[in-house]
Amino acid sequence: MNLTLKIWRQPNGSATGEMVTYPITDVSEDMSFLEMLDVLNERLTAEGEEPVAFDSDCREGICGMCGLMINGVAHGPEVTTTCQLHMRSFSDGDVVTIEPWRASGFPVLRDLAVDRSAFDRIIDAGGYVSVNTGAAPDAHATPVPKENAERAFDAATCISCGACVAACPNGSASLFLGAKITHLAELPQGQAERHTRVLNMVHQHDLEGFGGCTNIGECTAVCPKEIPQDVIATLNKDMRHALWNRV
Amino acid sequence: MSPQEKDPMATNENEAPHGTAMGTSSDPVGQAEELAPAEVANESPSQGAAAGVTAPVSTPAADRADHDDAAGYYTTGAPIADTKAPAGPVERRWTERVFNAKLVNPANRRRLSVIVVGTGLAGSSAAATLGEAGYHVDAFFYQDSPRRAHSIAAQGGINAAKNYKEDGDSIYRLFYDTVKGGDYRARESNVYRLAEVSANIIDQCVAQGVPFAREYGGLLDNRSFGGVQVSRTFYARGQTGQQLLIGAYQALERQVAAGTVKTHARHEMLELVVVDDGSGPRARGIVTRDMVTGEIETHLADAVVLASGGYGNVFFLSTNAMGCNVTAAWRAHRKGAHFANPCYTQIHPTCIPVSGEHQSKLTLMSESLRNDGRIWVPKNAEDCDKDPRDIPEEDRDYYLERIYPSFGNLVPRDIASRQAKNMCDEGRGVGPMVGDQRRGVYLDFAEAIERMGRSAVEAKYGNLFDMYARITGEDPYATPMRIYPAVHYTMGGLWVDYDLQSSIPGLFVAGEANFSDHGANRLGASALMQGLADGYFVLPNTIRDYLADGPFPKITDDDPEVRAARANVQERIDHFLSVNGSRSVDSFHRELGHIMWEYCGMERSAEGLRTAIEKIRALREEFWRDVRVLGTNDSLNQALERAGRVADFLELGELMCIDALHRRESCGGHFRAESQTPDGEALRDDENFAYVAAWEWGGETGEPILHKEDLVYESVEMKQRSYK
Amino acid sequence: MAVTGLVFIGYVLLHMYGNLWAFSGQEAFDDYAHHLRELLTPMLPYGGLLWILRVVLLASLVGHAAAAFALWSRAAKARDRRYAVKKVVTATLSSRTMRWGGVALLAFVIFHILHLTTHTINPGGDPESPYLRLVGSFQVWWVAVIYLLAMLALGMHIRHGAFSMLQTLGLTDNRRRYRVAHAVGLVLAIVVAGGFALVPLGVLLGIVTT
Ligand SMILES: Cc1cc2nc3c(=O)[nH]c(=O)nc-3n(C[C@H](O)[C@H](O)[C@H](O)COP(=O)(O)OP(=O)(O)OC[C@H]3O[C@@H](n4cnc5c(N)ncnc54)[C@H](O)[C@@H]3O)c2cc1C
Ligand code: HEM
Ligand code: SF4
Ligand code: FES
Repeated sequence: MNLTLKIWRQPNGSATGEMVTYPITDVSEDMSFLEMLDVLNERLTAEGEEPVAFDSDCREGICGMCGLMINGVAHGPEVTTTCQLHMRSFSDGDVVTIEPWRASGFPVLRDLAVDRSAFDRIIDAGGYVSVNTGAAPDAHATPVPKENAERAFDAATCISCGACVAACPNGSASLFLGAKITHLAELPQGQAERHTRVLNMVHQHDLEGFGGCTNIGECTAVCPKEIPQDVIATLNKDMRHALWNRV
Repeated sequence: MSPQEKDPMATNENEAPHGTAMGTSSDPVGQAEELAPAEVANESPSQGAAAGVTAPVSTPAADRADHDDAAGYYTTGAPIADTKAPAGPVERRWTERVFNAKLVNPANRRRLSVIVVGTGLAGSSAAATLGEAGYHVDAFFYQDSPRRAHSIAAQGGINAAKNYKEDGDSIYRLFYDTVKGGDYRARESNVYRLAEVSANIIDQCVAQGVPFAREYGGLLDNRSFGGVQVSRTFYARGQTGQQLLIGAYQALERQVAAGTVKTHARHEMLELVVVDDGSGPRARGIVTRDMVTGEIETHLADAVVLASGGYGNVFFLSTNAMGCNVTAAWRAHRKGAHFANPCYTQIHPTCIPVSGEHQSKLTLMSESLRNDGRIWVPKNAEDCDKDPRDIPEEDRDYYLERIYPSFGNLVPRDIASRQAKNMCDEGRGVGPMVGDQRRGVYLDFAEAIERMGRSAVEAKYGNLFDMYARITGEDPYATPMRIYPAVHYTMGGLWVDYDLQSSIPGLFVAGEANFSDHGANRLGASALMQGLADGYFVLPNTIRDYLADGPFPKITDDDPEVRAARANVQERIDHFLSVNGSRSVDSFHRELGHIMWEYCGMERSAEGLRTAIEKIRALREEFWRDVRVLGTNDSLNQALERAGRVADFLELGELMCIDALHRRESCGGHFRAESQTPDGEALRDDENFAYVAAWEWGGETGEPILHKEDLVYESVEMKQRSYK
Repeated sequence: MAVTGLVFIGYVLLHMYGNLWAFSGQEAFDDYAHHLRELLTPMLPYGGLLWILRVVLLASLVGHAAAAFALWSRAAKARDRRYAVKKVVTATLSSRTMRWGGVALLAFVIFHILHLTTHTINPGGDPESPYLRLVGSFQVWWVAVIYLLAMLALGMHIRHGAFSMLQTLGLTDNRRRYRVAHAVGLVLAIVVAGGFALVPLGVLLGIVTT
């Protein structure tokens, strides 16, 4: 199939960028979306134009490194990561607009690659259980009810890709944040630091310049791991308890 | 014997023709992340075998001993040995070593700094633990977050000798299974220690909040994995690596918040700094490139830990992530660190096949699919592009069932992989043409769906079928799936002693980057265990013995060795940017991958390996002359990053072929066409090859130098495994 | 935001209930209006509760609007550069119109107060009886239309607002409750907006007359 790509090009973080149109021909429907971009890049290189920068690593939907805004939808038309999107989701003649995640908390580094270190800093603020190596009791010392373990797991599958922020009209990272809060809140190991965790992580989230959540739900809709919106309710509940506790 | 004695060309007479193997296969080498159903070890460990005794192994060709296929390609150096493991009973060695390793007083730790390259399971856990102890840690990784290291992709699970199932598991049994699974090419003391600390890993992870699968009673669930009879594998659905890595990553970020660890995202290590301060050469730092600004930085410390993962990407296509590379390890190798057993690679039979020349990576599917699926190719090459549903039963060749009537589709992985390749080489592969061949065989569930009903198949394999459908766009319930083997793991790596210290003092190596624990073949669910064992428990205990002598004399960015290292990096970058040749970096990488896959893949022969070496040398020469890297150094330049990695793969590839060529035996993941039993089983040669091949860099123009570390088995008896 | 929103929801429910007295005729409705002012007397002076209510409502309104504008400006800062193409995947129209819908409601509330509380705007004359005033106004078609449109806006605001409030209060932290919260939003929206709309509709259709 033949496509028209409109791609955001920006030589570096401080430069102004623009959308550039590239026609691409003979795209096989078995290609992944990123392989299609690889092919484009090979061609650009041959023509002496610098290839389009975009991030990816595992290319199997688990590392969270990839992430493009494709025709206005984070990760494109399927509920999956950009690397797992295949060209059979497009048809001959389509115009495909490709942009980076847009959020003040995710500055563009070049073309389609953005800096998501804000997420690491949010985790720094409390997204862990404070236990030193070697200090752990036997793993069977504390049973965890299966439902809690399952919900903790569901939340813990977040791959930190940032699609939720990219899709959110408020530019909020609440789904990401809620996923971590819920993961640890569902487990006995996470209880001791539950209140300080939520206060500090929310504080950091706001400092990073992410917007406030108004429960619109675009985040969940594009989340490749289908993290449910109810993790944000858990975040809010913990916040309510934590604030109340401080009174 | 002296390797140079014989004419290298005089060795081809007993090369077996491909694809004629008969009968049943050797004992499986439990390779991958999933249970290959028939691979059940049917012997029990024989405890207390006499020290040093190796069981008699037949060496069919008398000429084996004095043949050296690789003569002329390398020179032999002095033998080496691990000097750090205490003598005495294997089960006491670790306790003793922990006790004897020097302590660093807490006030001193603040004055000691450690560089950790890599934040996978091994690197994150090491950096976090060293940070907790109070050392200054700098952690480097090429992704934008430590949590994206390729450990994240591991699916199946992690082994630990917890014996929660009361099914007879023990440290000794895990140790025994690992040594045997590694085809008796691993060091006993290391493996025992691995099994010993395995239980602590699970405790640690649970305390961190890793959501392992649980039973209804709230206790942890286990499954049986990788061809063993006990259930010792802990798992978190199909995302065990992800959950373990998130645990280690969170521990790491906690130290970042505490100020003991500083992370350096998008920083690629491009050189090791080795400085002789009068007491001999020591690893004292690294040179990195900030992948966003292009800045070449020097980072100095008292010790350097490499946890930079495996080098499977030398094959271009593998189940590894796009960025996985050998650069960190290779740069250290060139500075004096020995590279051990580079040819030991693991190939997994059930991956989703290549769909075309554009393919950038391969995806693993659980091997449990072979439990119910039937593998076949068309009898006639003309049928290969037909809709498989239109090919009548009588025109299908269920080749595994035909060649191995007693095991059928459940033959061990190496056999399954090799036979799939043979079918495709014969021109009977299916799926799209890739290059000159169709590379795929059918894995058919039609019969299973009829027998079990669609819903039962769905319950058992639903998520795998979904994954397959997403990638291929085909419905596996309606048409047979296509599978093909893919490179998955590299057992080789930098040589380390019991302390995980390489042959360069102060350079420690952990995780897949070292060679230590899996021998010639890794058991499923054991890589995660090793990475975390190294990082949480082993390295923090052994590195203190080294650091206790520090802080080492201060060095600065201006020391001549440091300047030279930086200049070297700059020179390479300048070269890549100025060649302005005609071929892209990827085109070279692809070509290297083809060579490696053809000649140093599932089946290796002396002739093929020699061809490969010549081809790689020519390709390398062309690469330096004709690669095209556009743009500049001072911004994100992904082609430039890849150029550096491919340059190192081009050197590693040659060493792998030389290693494979010199090891004229089949063991674990290494199958030499010249070393098989009459019915096509892998044939080990303990008499001549029960050693670790540790290669020393021979200089730009010199040959690599082979140092042998003899493998001595005191606690388990070496056996040629047989399935009959 | 959620707390003030909850105050509003409580208030509009009561208010709507009160309005429905209009269907029982002038006497009942005027009685109700009178009672409203007598409630809790003599503990409070005549009209006291109404004043308390007004203060609470005004405070809520200020708080609510302030929070709304704060969120609005944070959102604008959180995405300094807009997408060239951006599609809506699932968000409801209600959830996407909270801000402008809210502003429209604010305008309406002002109009509503000027109309029925302060009697500044008198489209249907200015009779003493609250009942007559109400019915008289709605007989002016464009007044009824303004009220009906406002109720549509209110319905939409509550449809997302009530769900959002439950979510913000953290009461929806499992999938079942999450679904219930969505249903609550929808039901409340229909009940409140529908209930309010009945009166102007009733007047327009001639069911409620002077
Ligand atoms: C698809 C797949 C499934 C698997 N499933 C299982 C399983 O179920 N069970 C099991 O036990 N094992 C499994 N394995 C194997 C196992 O996952 C790996 O061997 C293990 O995770 C490696 O961990 P590591 O910490 O050594 O390296 P990695 O996790 O690969 O980390 C390497 C780190 O080094 C950094 N790095 C690399 N080069 C440089 C450089 N030049 N400069 C700076 N930083 C650098 C990277 O950024 C990264 O942080 C699987 C492997 C694959 C590919
Ligand atoms: C001044 C006029 C108003 C403005 C500008 C306004 C604006 C907003 C905004 C922006 C939100 C946030 C969206 C969200 O949380 O999902 C909101 C929420 C809400 N509004 Fe309004 N609104 C106004 C009047 C009203 C009125 C009159 C009501 C009475 C029904 C009301 C009830 C609610 C409720 C219940 C919420 C949910 C609160 C939460 O989730 O935190 N609002 N409003
Ligand atoms: S919550 Fe979903 S969309 Fe957001 S970062 Fe995690 S995986 Fe990505
Ligand atoms: S590249 Fe890893 S999730 Fe897409």
